[in-house]
Amino acid sequence: MNWSLKKKRNGDAGGNGHIIEMAGITKVYDTGKIKVEALRGVDLVVGKGEFVAVVGPSGSGKSTLLNLVGCLDTPTGGTYMLGGEAVAGLDRDQLADVRNRRVGFVFQNFNLLPQLTALENVEMPMLFGGIGRRERRRRALEQLERVGLGDRVEHRPTELSGGQMQRVAIARSLAMEPDIVLADEPTGNLDTGSGSDVMSLLTELWGQGRTLVVVTHDLNLARRAGRIVEIRDGVVVSDQLAVA
Amino acid sequence: MRRDLAVIATLFLKASSLQRKRAVLTVAAIAWGTVAILMLLAFGEGLRNQMVRARRGMGENIAVWWSGETSKVWQGLPEGRPIRARLDDLDYLRERMPTATGILGEMTSWQTTLTWGTTTITGRVTGANWQYGEMRHHYAQPGGRFFNANDEREKRRVIFLGNELAEDIFGDLDPVGEILQVQNVPYLVIGVLNPKLQMGTYKGPDEGGAVIPITTFAAQWSRHWLHNVVFKVAVAEDMPRARDEFAQALAAKYRFDPADEQVTGLWDTAEGGKSLATEMRRFQIFLGVIGALTLLVGGIGVANIMYAVVKEKTREIGVQMALGAHRGWITGPFVLQGMTYTLLGGAFGLVIAIVLIVLLELVPVEGNQALEFLGKPTLSAEIAAATAALLGFIGILAGYFPARRAASVDPAETLRYE
Repeated sequence: MNWSLKKKRNGDAGGNGHIIEMAGITKVYDTGKIKVEALRGVDLVVGKGEFVAVVGPSGSGKSTLLNLVGCLDTPTGGTYMLGGEAVAGLDRDQLADVRNRRVGFVFQNFNLLPQLTALENVEMPMLFGGIGRRERRRRALEQLERVGLGDRVEHRPTELSGGQMQRVAIARSLAMEPDIVLADEPTGNLDTGSGSDVMSLLTELWGQGRTLVVVTHDLNLARRAGRIVEIRDGVVVSDQLAVA
Repeated sequence: MRRDLAVIATLFLKASSLQRKRAVLTVAAIAWGTVAILMLLAFGEGLRNQMVRARRGMGENIAVWWSGETSKVWQGLPEGRPIRARLDDLDYLRERMPTATGILGEMTSWQTTLTWGTTTITGRVTGANWQYGEMRHHYAQPGGRFFNANDEREKRRVIFLGNELAEDIFGDLDPVGEILQVQNVPYLVIGVLNPKLQMGTYKGPDEGGAVIPITTFAAQWSRHWLHNVVFKVAVAEDMPRARDEFAQALAAKYRFDPADEQVTGLWDTAEGGKSLATEMRRFQIFLGVIGALTLLVGGIGVANIMYAVVKEKTREIGVQMALGAHRGWITGPFVLQGMTYTLLGGAFGLVIAIVLIVLLELVPVEGNQALEFLGKPTLSAEIAAATAALLGFIGILAGYFPARRAASVDPAETLRYE
């Protein structure tokens, strides 16, 4: 059970401190008749401790980029190093292991498992990571405590508000102490109040030294990030530090 | 491996419960299929047992030979000669047929008047050697006996009655010890046939005839020709050799070609038994296939519901994959689920089938011709094993195909957008 943790610490980042190193990444969706070029040569380097917002219009390829970063999908071309580890050529189960120990996901619609309690949802990635039951429970409680849901651990998703669900999802994304947290429109399904709570929580995580990549339409959220990457038609059109 | 099992077990327990209605329907479908296959096989088994028992009614591993006529010219003798065995041929045959465990001759009188008091009926009387009792399964009811070697040697006038015949003459009265006139000659009734199932017969069912010692018969009717010869072997496999010995011995004595089927042709019940067993086995397989199809339909029902579950849970599966689940951890719970519902249904079906069979046992067979023919439905170890194997197989399939669909979920595709 410890192998994943050890490996992660050793390769926390590449030798140069970069969590994400993408060079010349292309992604083509081949549906048989038509080929869709979702990404056409993206270079992206994210260092440890950065908070990157990826923005762009619908269909620009930002979700595709996020899937590739999170190893949910593999690029058609280019090279990708995640935490100093080459991702190309890994099979599905190996990719699953990489996701499990290096990436935490936060989705727009939370994607909690409905029949599990908040606690069990947070334990889920640790179950896959081979962490023992007691340790799972301890760490899950700790994470829920940290996102302010210490009194909601036995609630099921249907018994929680949208903002609470998203906080459970964030706790889950942190459960395996990943190298990077990826969030896809984390405030997209939330009202303004809960949305700003979640934004504050993400900013707080950044403050604790976490690395975050967030895809968003929400300019308020993007403005809180340290760096804004803009994508259009499958290429990065601007990459600049945010003005605080 | 242990980790895999732990993950699969946890997911199975936590994340994969069917809606109750679906679960009930699924289990019911499998239970119904199981009841169908078990009942069909049990009836098949009961019928087979009944057939085998009925076939044994006439005796086991016996062959019956009647007189014949030569169809080939042999050693200067013409064809068309009748060949009949005589009473004194029996000792000759016994000497020359070491493979046979018993040989006897029979003489028969079909239209015989049997008189007791004021009752007279016409019946069949057979003269036979004393070995007939054992070889042809003529077992006496309590209080009586079949005739023995002494009766035969001393030409005693003793008679053994078929149970139907005894009832026709004596009604409810116990005939043993009574004097019965056979063509106006008095005979002592020494036994009545214990009722038995009999399928094969060569002169009418045993229950409707009477048997007397062959020596007595020969004296009263002044006959020396045998109506037929019966011989028995220990096991069915010995029968071809015994038949060969019989043909050789008879051919040597009466000078005909031992290969002349017109003379040596006989009724080999061992051979008939083999083909009966094959037929019954085929019939049982046929019943089994029908039952298996019913069960398969149940299995398809399970698979169908599991498919629906996979489809409903596609997003959850995608999430689990995103969180780092291996494919086996996704499929494992589905396979387990398919197996669980199938085996649960199977267990229910087994219980229902056993209850039905026990209830059927309570239905009286006597006097019910259909049940007498069908016999009691019987569950055997083979049937249980075959059904269990089939259930397991269907359970795995019912879980496997939906699970494969689950494993093919592409997390990126599933989570992309709503």
